[in-house]
Amino acid sequence: MRIHPRYTQRLAVTILGGATLLTLGVLAFIIVFVLQKGLPAVSIDFLLSNPQDMGRAGGIFTTLIGTIILPLLAIIVAAPLGVSTAVYLTEYTAETRITRMIRFGTDCLAGVPSIIFGLFGFIFFVTTLGMGWSILSGGLTLAFMILPTIIRTTEEAVKAVPKSYRQVSFSLGATRWQTVKRVILPNALPGILTGIMLGVGRSIGETAAVIFTAGSSLRLPSSILDSTRTMAVHFYILAREGISSENAYGTAATLIIAVLLINLTAYWMMNRFIAKRS
Amino acid sequence: MNCKFDIQDLSVYWGNSQLLKRVCMKIPASQILGVIGPAGSGKTTFLRTLNRMNELEPGFKLEGRVLLDGEDIHGHGYDPVSLRKKAGMVFALPIALPMSIYENVVYGPRLAGIRNHDRLDELVEQSLKAAFMWNEVKDRLDMSGLRLSGGQQQRLCLARVLAMEPDVILLDEPCSGLDPISTAKIEEALTELKKRYTVVLVTNNTKQAARIADETAFFLMGELIEIGPTDRMFTAPAQSQTDDYITGRFG
Repeated sequence: MRIHPRYTQRLAVTILGGATLLTLGVLAFIIVFVLQKGLPAVSIDFLLSNPQDMGRAGGIFTTLIGTIILPLLAIIVAAPLGVSTAVYLTEYTAETRITRMIRFGTDCLAGVPSIIFGLFGFIFFVTTLGMGWSILSGGLTLAFMILPTIIRTTEEAVKAVPKSYRQVSFSLGATRWQTVKRVILPNALPGILTGIMLGVGRSIGETAAVIFTAGSSLRLPSSILDSTRTMAVHFYILAREGISSENAYGTAATLIIAVLLINLTAYWMMNRFIAKRS
Repeated sequence: MNCKFDIQDLSVYWGNSQLLKRVCMKIPASQILGVIGPAGSGKTTFLRTLNRMNELEPGFKLEGRVLLDGEDIHGHGYDPVSLRKKAGMVFALPIALPMSIYENVVYGPRLAGIRNHDRLDELVEQSLKAAFMWNEVKDRLDMSGLRLSGGQQQRLCLARVLAMEPDVILLDEPCSGLDPISTAKIEEALTELKKRYTVVLVTNNTKQAARIADETAFFLMGELIEIGPTDRMFTAPAQSQTDDYITGRFG
């Protein structure tokens, strides 16, 4: 039996639209739910005072610091490494069996559960290198965790720069590096930034890898060799140990708002950069 | 006659196919050499050999010698980057880089390390004038080059090459996508430019070669069939294949 194209068309629109609505609906529900339960606990005082009594009382100031500093360290390490690797793989090496193997390897690494990275970080940084539970161990572990994502997104962004731009640049007497610096990186920047933002998002929300490597100290760290606790870990501990569901939701709400702010800032900066160039 | 390029027994291979077969020719200085021939005859490969653009893609192999001012450009220690500054290239498709008109023109000079603003301004004005587009764009040099029309972009590409102050200008079918007026402007610029530069113009348009080339070379299936003064090539070609191509019996 053949269904009239008019009906299949309607059916397609209904199914596609329905899927979109459902996805957005679930997302919105989660966010509204968390904000509704959490926002009453959030205040300036909540953000700026230290946790007391394991987080039962007081605010989340030290975890806020931990949440800023760990992903920051991870990005500082992972972004230059990842972008350099991606540029090297795409611009400086010919497509061979080895580069394909490296690419496959990075894809696999990107899919490894974060707790595996946590275990690796614990064994390698915390124990073998003797860094202990510290911001340094945690930051480096997170860096390794987000490195594959940054490499792959940067590679795609670099490959998307038209080949003709490279030709023109070379024909005007540019070396490969000059071409990378003046034509390829500026044009690939939006894509690269997207990859970095994905990395930031993942490391902000990470718990497993962080607990194993940065610990969960509630004290304000005085150096990168001190242990720290991020908001995500704080939320996990508060909820899991049944310490304070009120403060747990307050932390979660702050986390959601923080991620939102970071993304908005990044897109705003990116758009300004694009506007300036054209 | 001053000889710019001296090409001796040049063969170029890509993978298993031979794209150029034992080409010998001399390219005189301060003239326009027109290179004509049907698609796939090796014109573009020949042109891209002259500034070593072919080797940017893997799989190219080359035999024979290409001398520029008496020096072997494939010789040991000859720097391809400095070669490309000496022999600038305009491609078939107009490709403005995604930056301002000004930055497009000074791309080459900046690479060469020129930082002085007065000098750069001077190069921009001089090059855009020589490409017959200064009056059209002098008030909007900050505008993105991508917003120019195709014909303007191609002249921008020419200006960009001129700003490097090269010896030789290589053009690969520069007018293939342009309207007659833009084409006329480019041809006018080239006729003016040959006083100071050596111009090699690959073209699919035999009439264009007849209009502006001093000498014309005819390629067929990777072989140089004939080269000679344009007047003679178009009135009394020595080879029957040249005659067939020019009169449109094939290709």
